Amino acid sequence: MALEFKLGKATRDAYGEALVEVGQEHKNVVVLDSDLSKSTKSIEFAKKFPERFVNCGISEANMIGMAAGFVGSGMIPFASSFASFIMCKGFDQIRMSVANPHLNVKLVGSHSGISLGEDGASQQSIEDIGLACSLPQMTVLVPCDETSTKSLTHLMAKHEGPVYLRTGRPKAATIYKDGDTFEIGKAKLLRDGKDVTVIAIGLLVIEALIAADQLEAEGISVRVVDMFCVKPIDIDMIAKCAKETGAIITAEEHLIGAGLSGHVAQVVAQTTPVPMEYIGIDDTYAESGKPDELLDKYGLRAKNIVDAIHKVLKRK
Amino acid sequence: MSAETLTKKLSVDELIKEAVTVRRDIIEMIAHANSGHPGGSLSATEIVTALYFNILNHDPKNPHWEDRDRFILSKGHACPVLYSCMARTGYFPVEELKTFRAINSRIQGHPEVRKLPGIEASTGSLGQGLSIGIGLALGAKLQGKNYRTYVLTGDGELDEGQVWESALCAGHKALDNLVAIVDSNKFQLDGAVKDIMPLASLPDKWNAFGWNVIEIEDGNNMQQVVDAFEKAETVKGKPTVIIANTIKGKGVSYMENNNEFHGAAPTPEQLAQALKELV
Repeated sequence: MALEFKLGKATRDAYGEALVEVGQEHKNVVVLDSDLSKSTKSIEFAKKFPERFVNCGISEANMIGMAAGFVGSGMIPFASSFASFIMCKGFDQIRMSVANPHLNVKLVGSHSGISLGEDGASQQSIEDIGLACSLPQMTVLVPCDETSTKSLTHLMAKHEGPVYLRTGRPKAATIYKDGDTFEIGKAKLLRDGKDVTVIAIGLLVIEALIAADQLEAEGISVRVVDMFCVKPIDIDMIAKCAKETGAIITAEEHLIGAGLSGHVAQVVAQTTPVPMEYIGIDDTYAESGKPDELLDKYGLRAKNIVDAIHKVLKRK
Repeated sequence: MSAETLTKKLSVDELIKEAVTVRRDIIEMIAHANSGHPGGSLSATEIVTALYFNILNHDPKNPHWEDRDRFILSKGHACPVLYSCMARTGYFPVEELKTFRAINSRIQGHPEVRKLPGIEASTGSLGQGLSIGIGLALGAKLQGKNYRTYVLTGDGELDEGQVWESALCAGHKALDNLVAIVDSNKFQLDGAVKDIMPLASLPDKWNAFGWNVIEIEDGNNMQQVVDAFEKAETVKGKPTVIIANTIKGKGVSYMENNNEFHGAAPTPEQLAQALKELV
């Protein structure tokens, strides 16, 4: 029988709701958007706290600089746009105005990966994790469901320092239950196993759990880890999984190499070298299509993880 | 809370004398480091000296004082003028200016927030300062704070698109607690602004973006500079831009309007001559 799961809210919707709670809790939170608040869901905050919401128009570079300035005035800015625009169009501003001075700016990129669908490659963000992780001491969070998104939104408000949170457009499978807690730098073990570990983020977490469930019938025991905090990455968890299961698969809705896979591989190579395989976008731009069609075509499904596991087990 | 240590406000005559000291610091720092940007530091000397010794409400002994006026040097390469003014107002020992651009120094080649207390923004990648200034100014408005924010840009820097994103935004937000100063010294790295990327009518441009425009005929005339800042403080409902027509390399004869000294240090002989002139 196939793994049963429920669809919850999209992570961008969960972000919008949590942001209102954060605004209630922290009177010095100010929210900025670059004319995409209806899509990023920062509009929820705008409705509740119009005096603390700034629509910067379609100008990501200026928005990032303004966010940096708000820190200097004593406020906590949350700035959002599509993941591709905030990270690519705002990158030098994030680098010099935010990361270099290590300011307490919260960056949120929605519509990440290719699962935003029909809008096509210009809107799809497959580079953002790599860009964010390349900045010294930037914290990079990729929640997989509604509950973790809400928790991480609250967590990033309390955390001192620059943070990038990546959200998505489609509804996301419910992975966590209310009350589950999260800590920056600590991955979540979702399913234990002894033959191989799948380290996944975002929409690929549920695909990893489905793959693990399927392989149990074949007698293959799969461990699944949600590496929701890509930076700082949980070195101890990766080393432990490599040691205990002897093989690692990474799974992400992002370019292979630049994102989760490269960072995990770096730790594996340094601590406990074991065979690895990577599930992600393989050195290409994607295209228009329905989200499900795109995830199928670009190999981001449980069946692709199953294939990768078979492949990696032969190399053990 | 820190009013006792606020910098004493100098008269125009005193500012003129101080500017000579600042220019000497600039030349000596760059000569000592054997690198740096003298031209754009010298053109901005009256502007930055007027700010640090007269216009800004600031407390060098308490650089994080939350009610301080903010100054952002968006044209970060001109940091020798900033470092000199900071040292001379007491942010750090004047002696430390000698470490400019040296390894392990707080006095970086371009200003960095985490290196030196009192630096409000890490700059050097041009075009970013005014956006940060908007955040500071809007944050003050949202929180009912009375500090003012000053951002110094170059004229070459106005090539950057982000400047115009921020100009549009500041006009829209009616930030009368924000002042931009354009150090219009007519040169950029590769040559004359009129040849590389002409700016046509700057006053018209800023006007069209909703700014109050004050153009100073001579941005190296201390009286004109101080008058412009004082006038800007009285303007309500609009941000003010002060377009200061300056001379690149001002004060050192062989550097004036000589773009060879955009980013080149003087030789020991040239240093000696500059110090002879700057008295």
